Amino acid sequence: MKLDSKIPEGPLAQKWENYKASQKLVNPANKRNLDIIVVGTGLAGASAAASFGEMGFKVKNFTIQDSPRRAHSIAAQGGINAAKNYPNDGDSIYRLFYDTVKGGDYRAREANVYRLASVSNDIIDQCVAQGVPFAREYGGLLDNRSFGGAQVSRTFYAKGQTGQQLLIGAYQALMRQVNAGTVEMHTRTEIVDIVMVDGKARGVIARDLVTGEFSRHFGHAVVLATGGYGNTFFLSTNAMGSNGSAAIKAFEKGALFANPCYAQIHPTCIPVHGEFQSKLTLMSESLRNDGRIWVPKKKEDAEAIRAGKMKPTDIKDEDRDYYLERRYPAFGNLVPRDVASRAAKERCDAGYGVGSTGLAVYLDFKSAIERLGEDTIRARYGNLFQMYEKIVDDNPYATPMMIYPAIHYTMGGIWVDYELQTTVPGLFAAGEANFSDHGANRLGASALMQGLADGYFVLPYTIQNYLADDIRTPRMTGEEKEFVEAEKAAKDKFTKLLNIKGNRSVDSIHKELGLVMWDFVGMARNKKGLEEAIEKIAAIKKEFWTNVKIPGSDKGMNVELEKASRLADFITIGDLMARDALHREESCGGHFREEYQTEEGEAQRQDDKFTYAGCWEYQGEDKAPIMHKEDLKFEVVKVAQRNYK
Amino acid sequence: MENNINLTLKVWRQNGPQDKGRFETYKLEGVSTESSFLEMMDVLNEQLIGEGKEPVAFDHDCREGICGMCSLYINGRPHGPDDDVTTCQLHMRKFKNGETITIEPWRSAGFPVIKDLIVNRSAFDQIIAAGGYTSVSTGGVPDANAIPIPKPDADEAMDAASCIGCGACVATCKNGSAMLFVSAKVSHLALLPQGKVEAARRAKAMVSKMDELGFGNCTNTGACEVECPKGVSISNIARLNREYLKAKLAD
Repeated sequence: MKLDSKIPEGPLAQKWENYKASQKLVNPANKRNLDIIVVGTGLAGASAAASFGEMGFKVKNFTIQDSPRRAHSIAAQGGINAAKNYPNDGDSIYRLFYDTVKGGDYRAREANVYRLASVSNDIIDQCVAQGVPFAREYGGLLDNRSFGGAQVSRTFYAKGQTGQQLLIGAYQALMRQVNAGTVEMHTRTEIVDIVMVDGKARGVIARDLVTGEFSRHFGHAVVLATGGYGNTFFLSTNAMGSNGSAAIKAFEKGALFANPCYAQIHPTCIPVHGEFQSKLTLMSESLRNDGRIWVPKKKEDAEAIRAGKMKPTDIKDEDRDYYLERRYPAFGNLVPRDVASRAAKERCDAGYGVGSTGLAVYLDFKSAIERLGEDTIRARYGNLFQMYEKIVDDNPYATPMMIYPAIHYTMGGIWVDYELQTTVPGLFAAGEANFSDHGANRLGASALMQGLADGYFVLPYTIQNYLADDIRTPRMTGEEKEFVEAEKAAKDKFTKLLNIKGNRSVDSIHKELGLVMWDFVGMARNKKGLEEAIEKIAAIKKEFWTNVKIPGSDKGMNVELEKASRLADFITIGDLMARDALHREESCGGHFREEYQTEEGEAQRQDDKFTYAGCWEYQGEDKAPIMHKEDLKFEVVKVAQRNYK
Repeated sequence: MENNINLTLKVWRQNGPQDKGRFETYKLEGVSTESSFLEMMDVLNEQLIGEGKEPVAFDHDCREGICGMCSLYINGRPHGPDDDVTTCQLHMRKFKNGETITIEPWRSAGFPVIKDLIVNRSAFDQIIAAGGYTSVSTGGVPDANAIPIPKPDADEAMDAASCIGCGACVATCKNGSAMLFVSAKVSHLALLPQGKVEAARRAKAMVSKMDELGFGNCTNTGACEVECPKGVSISNIARLNREYLKAKLAD
């Protein structure tokens, strides 16, 4: 298969302008006759569906939650990047582009990232017009803060609830279109298959999570904005319902899955503390603006703390190892996430970890409180401190927080070209669901930027270029044989799951998968471990398909059945992640292979062999997928070893 | 510090909207006080699945207090016996060994039960669809710094916008009123110059939709503010009344 990324001609800064100048458009009378299906209502899905509706297309929008406002974008805390340069500190579109490519360890497509940076400012304007209450200075203008991987302050924020406010902005724009009748909203509805007609995506099969009934939906084009697959690990910062099933349906229909091994491990999460644990809670990266990360300098102090004989506040400043400031003086506590996570693991593995498990480090606000006062810290991070206190029952104003890395975001996803179209014609992917902009590591506050860029400012253009050739395609009724067959296949799959009638709950098998993923496909990977993981995942797959126990029936609401169908797909993703990680014999961004590191323990890329996106093609049930390469060409950025020292 | 406690749970079970529903009693042993309330529910469900019974259906998603999906009336209080938290942030250290915990769904005319502890809150979406937005389409908007907004106004708008749409305010209100929810949205947008343009139209449209959907009237008991997990203030209701009155007088 030849992958065509469809990057427009011209100099980097002109590509998007050139594209827009020559793309095909659809006139208003024809838009009314064209249907677009949007799956997901997070930042990417809601912004795309609202924008399509405003343009005059007929939109069907699906979400598994009870309301579009619940999508997991809502949990993003810290902020959204844009190249406004309001603080006059040297930022520009080029600088944002450059930081993003470098932060992604030179594994992203230059043209996409440049476009992302160039529409970033429009996003902030749009959100303010919607009434998003961003933080402001006393003069009434917008405030900015800094985030990891940048030396400028370009992050806009709304307390520690930026994702919530941006999502509510998009949700409100979406509900305005629902009211106008351009968007038909389907809540508590899950997409269980994509319908292909003559080689093009032409609709979806949906399952109503309340009644258990299946339905067929036609669209001239289908957009997947279904988020990432971090929950493959069972424990992650993702919401309980976040899943990779729509992406796997696309994969099984011929869409390539790119860079599945690029998973981001976020350095600042509340550590794991028990068997019963259902999810991990993130503490925003913005805390690293004022918090200092440390472990004890002396092993005996760390041991005393673990045994409960000493408190962190007993340890004097000279006996603390502020290891990020020590190792990376230029960026200090604001190094990118992958670097900060590995550094925490390195200290804990060396025996300096704290907490009862030894798998935690301190995030300390003592210096900031002394410098700025407790009130200022409360104004900046009050809700995060409250969240920490409710979970851990410890006061972070008085004693340092304990944190440890956890799975947070997946840079890999469905392969898309410059138009965000997958290898299946008519099937598009946006937001975290696609692989496009973050390379091997995403910088903080860039997920919100990408989700909204795709939905507000990229897809509304590129989807027209596709639909312009479809103005004579009449709507299908759903009675066509392709729809009927797809619905039957989906129903059969659910019946098969119910008929297993084994002995193990869905969660118990999911937890087993999660442990294999964390141990072998987590923060540090190696050849032997990955080979072992592939075998173990195959065994888990067998166990699942022969021994899962799902009470109840396919009539009415059945939460265990929903979870089982998603777990079946997580198992497929786990296998893909392990295969991709095994083949990529280098370390880059979130993918760290122990065999490939510098003497100081930094990630070592193998640019001569791996400057490409690894794109996996489905070959059928229980057959190993085949990999295709999209070579990455860096025409503007000089590829170098990342250096945050 | 970690402790294990034994509990008796009285849980509302209801097969569907038409079912009458009943309490079922379950014993649960060795629950860690470090676990969250919903993790305790996970443990209960594992136990039920093991016994071949159907697990209890309850809404939840982010489990960090922001999505607004989780609900539950716990021992007579929405989101349970802790202040300023959602059910997912409630931890078992708030309960004693041997305690009986009563768990019910939101009970309100506006939120019919779907199954067990899950209710239908789509009325909130309908109220937002009626006018809870600024009528701007994508693109063609002014620069974000074109209109300075006084910091106190922006901060107050942010506080009102903190509403997570969970419905605790409706569930706790003896009248089943949605005034705190509606007023939070009206205030959030009316406080900002971008939303002020159509403030009157918005207030009228949202209030009229709320009335149409069968939510009760506000009699200023203040229970909503007490139970709101995000501390949304009832001063928003006063602002809504003002906006609404102004709009009606202008008609």
